[in-house]
Amino acid sequence: MKLLVCVKQVADLESRFKPNAAGIWYDEADVAFRMNEYDEYAVEEAVRLKEKLGGEPDLTVLSIGPERVGEVIKKALAMGCDRGVHVLDPDSSSKDPSQIASIIAAFAKDKGFDLVFTGMQSQDRGSAQVGLMVAERLGIAGLSTVVAFEMSDGVVRAKRELEGGIKAKVRFATPALVTCQMGLNVPRYPTLPNIMKAKKKELLVVPVAGLLSEAAKATTAKFYAPARKGGGIVLEGDVADLVERTVAILKEKTGVLR
Amino acid sequence: MKILLVGESREGKLLETTWELFGYAAKAGADPVLFLVGDPAKPPECGAKMLIADVMKAGEYDPDLHKRLILDAAAAEGVGQVVFCHSSYGWDLAPRVAVGLDAAQVSEVIGIVGDDAVMAFEVGACNAKMRRTIKPATARVVVTIQGGAFPVAKPEGKPSVTALAADVAKRVEFLGYEPAEKKDVDLAKAEIIVSAGRGIGKKDNVPVIEALAKALGGELGASRPVVDAGWVEQSHQVGTTGQTVSPKLYVACGISGAIQHLAGMKKSEFILAINKDKDAPIGEVADVLVVADVLQFVPALTAKLG
Repeated sequence: MKLLVCVKQVADLESRFKPNAAGIWYDEADVAFRMNEYDEYAVEEAVRLKEKLGGEPDLTVLSIGPERVGEVIKKALAMGCDRGVHVLDPDSSSKDPSQIASIIAAFAKDKGFDLVFTGMQSQDRGSAQVGLMVAERLGIAGLSTVVAFEMSDGVVRAKRELEGGIKAKVRFATPALVTCQMGLNVPRYPTLPNIMKAKKKELLVVPVAGLLSEAAKATTAKFYAPARKGGGIVLEGDVADLVERTVAILKEKTGVLR
Repeated sequence: MKILLVGESREGKLLETTWELFGYAAKAGADPVLFLVGDPAKPPECGAKMLIADVMKAGEYDPDLHKRLILDAAAAEGVGQVVFCHSSYGWDLAPRVAVGLDAAQVSEVIGIVGDDAVMAFEVGACNAKMRRTIKPATARVVVTIQGGAFPVAKPEGKPSVTALAADVAKRVEFLGYEPAEKKDVDLAKAEIIVSAGRGIGKKDNVPVIEALAKALGGELGASRPVVDAGWVEQSHQVGTTGQTVSPKLYVACGISGAIQHLAGMKKSEFILAINKDKDAPIGEVADVLVVADVLQFVPALTAKLG
């Protein structure tokens, strides 16, 4: 059995973002990068499936991006993936979801993966497109927003999360792709011995040129900070003073403080 | 331009968010046609042209079949756009339809920039801290719209219905819905809610937030990451996948303000947010943003109130 998990490296969202020189994405200076949180659930679920099946499946982790993306591949290897594929693309942030999906599909199409795991969306763009577009391009079943996953005898039972805490129960056969929602599991932290072991695992670097043959279907014309609507008061200062001012405002503006 | 709006039903009921699609159509200056999987004999009461596939045959969740029906509807009507709500139904179908049409998809649109000839879209980025303007390069475009971004606009008049059917091999079997977990707290009725976000750091700090809730006579709420981490029970979750609340006072402690959380609490009468990040998106909806360490400020506020 062959498994693929796709991960993206994203900016830490605590970062302060300012537009880059071209004004179409953020300036990477002073920005810390990490694995997209949704993808951590995808890696964990794939590793759990491998462990459940006695370690037999071969689990590949794939990521697209510049040199720094190697970090998230190493993390996934340390979490338990067997081999890494780095599609080297210094300009991945200018690709649209359709192109990213085409790259993954071009890599995966003749590899015979039984299951593909992705996050349900990325934290930086949140378009929730790539996973399902890969499934469509590969011609396999695709399920999004999965919060429960169980596989036996080649049949998957999963639950999709809907609004208001309701879930939809589904059943499907492999080959298939699932996009993972937060809460699906509790992603592990790589242990030191596993980090050391990961360094010996295979890491294949593939230039993007050989996998991409399509133009973008959409482009970012502008990246900018939203206009602050105002109205709200921002309080700064030392804590004792902040408490005094907050209580005064709550007494004046709300009817709830007695 | 003609556009296809994809309505949404859950357990036989049309979701009210469907009418926001008509609000989008009005903003886009487009001529809408509504697609639905429902009962062709009992269309929703509104003055729209509709294409309805029978839910008894198509089911409420069968992504391959619904995709086929939408592609057929789009071809029959010659539409320039297919528009979904950005919901668990919409974001599940839109990419399939976009691949089927070889069209660009623009997700979670909050505004339209420009006119018909050079239509571009405004979307959020970096957890709503930033924005992007996206320009499609394809003739047809698939769009999902953010909940609440466009006004509800139910068209007056009588429906005109065309029935639609298709047949594809079933790959995904829908086994039914699992109801939401029972709530031990009804946050919708609470006058005061004090919510904990990831900024509280760890589970051990939940009592700090609970103490403030108690001092104010309110209920404890939580953001999704806090619930997913197992720090607070799911029944306390505020947001799209939790409860939607509108108390007299909402206190957001260490909550950055993801769109899904804001959607569940932004109608509160008064919002007090405590966050060490002055740029956190929660500041967009807060009446007062206290820029401080939650673990220093909250106990001090609790002491003052007690």
